[in-house]
Amino acid sequence: MTDIRVQTGPQPSPERDVPVERPKLEHDLRAVRTLFDRLLTALCALLSLVAALPLFAVLWLLIERGATNFRLDMLWSLPPSGLDTTGGGFGNAILGTVYMVGIASVLAVPTGILAAIFLAEYGDGTRLAAVIRFAAKVLTGMPSILAGIFAYAMVVLATGHFSALAGGVALAVLMVPIVVLTAEQAIRAVPQKMKDAAVGMGATSAQVVMRVTLPTAMPSVLTGVMLAIARAAGETAPLLFTAQFSNYWLRLDRLEDTASLAVLIYQFSGSPYEHQIEMAWTAALVLVLLVLLFNIAGQVLAARSDHSRH
Amino acid sequence: MSTPSASLAQPPTAGERWMDLGLRRGAQALAVGVLVLLAAIVVEIGAVAAPAVRERGVDFLTSSTWDTNRDEFGILPHIWGTLYSSLLALLIGGTLGLAVAVFISQRFLPRRLELLLKNVVDLLAAIPSVVYGLWGIFFVIPAIRPFTAFLHEHLGFVPLFDERSPGPNMLASSLVLAIMVLPTMTAVSRDAIATVPRKLREAAFGLGATRWECILGVVLPTAATGVFGALVLAFGRALGETMALAMLLGNRNEFNVSLLAPGNTLAALIANTFPEAQDHERGVLMYAAIVLLSITLVVNMLGTAILVRSSRKAAGARP
Amino acid sequence: MTATEPTSAAAVAEDLVIDLKLDKLWYGKFFAVRDTHVPVTRGTVTAFIGPSGCGKSTALRCLNRMNDLVDGFRFDGSVHFQSRDIYHPTIDPVAVRRYIGMVFQQPNPFATTVFKNVAFGLRLNRFRGDYEERVEHALRRAALWDEVKDKLHSSGLALSGGQQQRLCIARAIATEPEVLLMDEPCSALDPIATRRIEELMTELKERYTIVVVTHNLQQAQRVADMTGFMYVDTTQGGRTGYLVEHRPTAELFADPRAEETRQYIRGEFS
Ligand SMILES: Nc1ncnc2c1ncn2[C@@H]1O[C@H](COP(=O)(O)OP(=O)(O)OP(=O)(O)O)[C@@H](O)[C@H]1O
Ligand SMILES: [Mg+2]
Repeated sequence: MTDIRVQTGPQPSPERDVPVERPKLEHDLRAVRTLFDRLLTALCALLSLVAALPLFAVLWLLIERGATNFRLDMLWSLPPSGLDTTGGGFGNAILGTVYMVGIASVLAVPTGILAAIFLAEYGDGTRLAAVIRFAAKVLTGMPSILAGIFAYAMVVLATGHFSALAGGVALAVLMVPIVVLTAEQAIRAVPQKMKDAAVGMGATSAQVVMRVTLPTAMPSVLTGVMLAIARAAGETAPLLFTAQFSNYWLRLDRLEDTASLAVLIYQFSGSPYEHQIEMAWTAALVLVLLVLLFNIAGQVLAARSDHSRH
Repeated sequence: MSTPSASLAQPPTAGERWMDLGLRRGAQALAVGVLVLLAAIVVEIGAVAAPAVRERGVDFLTSSTWDTNRDEFGILPHIWGTLYSSLLALLIGGTLGLAVAVFISQRFLPRRLELLLKNVVDLLAAIPSVVYGLWGIFFVIPAIRPFTAFLHEHLGFVPLFDERSPGPNMLASSLVLAIMVLPTMTAVSRDAIATVPRKLREAAFGLGATRWECILGVVLPTAATGVFGALVLAFGRALGETMALAMLLGNRNEFNVSLLAPGNTLAALIANTFPEAQDHERGVLMYAAIVLLSITLVVNMLGTAILVRSSRKAAGARP
Repeated sequence: MTATEPTSAAAVAEDLVIDLKLDKLWYGKFFAVRDTHVPVTRGTVTAFIGPSGCGKSTALRCLNRMNDLVDGFRFDGSVHFQSRDIYHPTIDPVAVRRYIGMVFQQPNPFATTVFKNVAFGLRLNRFRGDYEERVEHALRRAALWDEVKDKLHSSGLALSGGQQQRLCIARAIATEPEVLLMDEPCSALDPIATRRIEELMTELKERYTIVVVTHNLQQAQRVADMTGFMYVDTTQGGRTGYLVEHRPTAELFADPRAEETRQYIRGEFS
């Protein structure tokens, strides 16, 4: 190219220089940049795929090892001992999990929602609210095992027994911050104009909250509650210190060790007996289904409330 | 209509006013309760740990023996194991999590696929850690066994691979732990990336930047504080994760750098030992618990504070 | 008002539902409104007109203490409702708002059914009686009944903008408040819905006293008995709104006294 130019004119003008030089330069640069761009995109896609795989790997094994052994009567039988090679189930563990999550919900849900009302409405913008929000965020990241030790110190040592109550308290500690933070978001999302309408009609601030703000925010609040329940239902570590485990049915008339699905899975996973290991897998499948059910219910509620607001 | 003009309006009753006050005070009291809860956790665990702390002092933190019969306890290996496994998990989970966060927020995919991938990763957080533990025992450990054997055989002179257990080991634990911190990393860093103003991205594209030049040159630097906060929070999660490690790490109370050897962490130690422990050993475990509490509290507070600051900055930057 | 005053004054006072006297009003450091004195007579429609930002909404929101919700709000002056100072420390703003209802610029139905929207105020006031009848009555007067009678139990948010605004009016009048405040109630509506609501105001003034803010001068002429024109004073460096004149509507439009009024009206009509 240069040869041609030299031959055609001894003094190439700058205007001509540019159009001749530019395509060449750009072409090279683009190739590198494009390649780099493609390469990084491919890498990012690959990493994302790798990140998505474990979910399916876990679910696959759960179905393969859990579902094949599933029998309906497992849902209402007591756990097999090491010597049993057939039969047994985890009815008491399901019941214990449901019962303890129930206790935790009764403690945590109203508390969390009321605290959220303070953060979003009464205390909005205050220093106190900021500090409490900070504490709630720190609590969500606190290891669950420490909630168990806290309930051990508070309830087990005080009552002298491991119990479902202590387990419920431990799970409640884990649920409260989740409920607080999600409910606060939900309450904040209620349009100011709706609250104005109620204020303009002479509603007291309690009436605004109870009759307008909270009902409007309720679907999203429940989404948070579902998430919290799902989290609590799968927790194991806190129950090791509070409810421990039992091979017998839950008794409401006294404080005693109580079974749960999560602890059953933990104990049977280390068992030398094949039958108990199989049972751990089936219980894990049931637990995951339970947890996913609550998660999906939460998602559906969230989608529903998004929908109704537009 | 009989006298429709008669107003129905009535002033609020005393009851309504009390309700008003009651709700306000009740909400405030319970909100303060959240603060009290955090304080109570520190105080309660501190109280049950106090006797052991007084008795054993700093030696407990620097000694490496754990022998119930001789009544000698030290948690240096556990502190090491906690940090080691968490850092490894952060290395893997943090990279993957950030990649996913970028991938689902920078229009690489159609909206629906973005949402799908986001939900898949969110669901990873929903699976109970005991199930990950089970999966780790029966899938991850056997799956990486040939690989660890290969490493040990050919690279055994490197300290990272110089001791190997075919069963529970650090590598398997860290891999599973990485999967468990991935959702936190993804969700939090995605939020941070979402606060980068559209204008900035458009400005970069307007200057002729490619997509990755924009991401690496504009988006990630702008979101850097938030991404760092995400890493710190994910680290905090990893430090406190209990069950998966209790099931996969092998519960060996010894100091070791080998990736292929068993080890222990603070949380796993407490979970594994507590149920069968005698009273005096329980006291010692409470000392370990207060150490774990202190570490995670500091890390979590740091992460949360970073995120609060970065989101405030982002809110301020917006017009 | 004491019995010793002359009968004529007492009669005036009897008819005087609201007496607004804003001398100086601030939002924090911002001096927003000054010298706005407006007496409102029972059974009339009073309109506030004026350029954007001159403080019409502010003046209106003083009448039922909605401004209490704004941090930094304070004012010199007084607002009397039926001869009682509603900013007196012993007065409960919540009670005031039950007697002085409000319709907002943007329709703001609650996220619940049409029926429950209208019944909301009735419940607040512990009404014991036939809710269905009251709700129907309010919806009829808001000229909405025919359109919603088949969907009383579907969401109020599913109505059109104009229907939502009439729903809000029905909700406000269901409890028969003494005074109805309306802040640009038609700004989100099309001309037909606007027409409807104007007719409604004319009907409603038989029973209620209405104060309305509007940007639409024709609307003020069509519905208002009295009109107050507010303007922004920029001479002192700030942007402080004030009342230029407050007179019977016909007079104000036919023969504006102040130059600002004349120009504003001419600007709007030409
Ligand atoms: N909550 C508030 N905080 C601070 N300043 C406010 C607030 N509300 C209104 N203002 C200011 O007070 C002045 C009067 O506002 P106002 O809303 O009363 O005007 P307006 O006449 O109703 O205007 P428009 O016709 O646009 O609705 C404006 O300068 C406005 O910026
Ligand atoms: Mg206005």
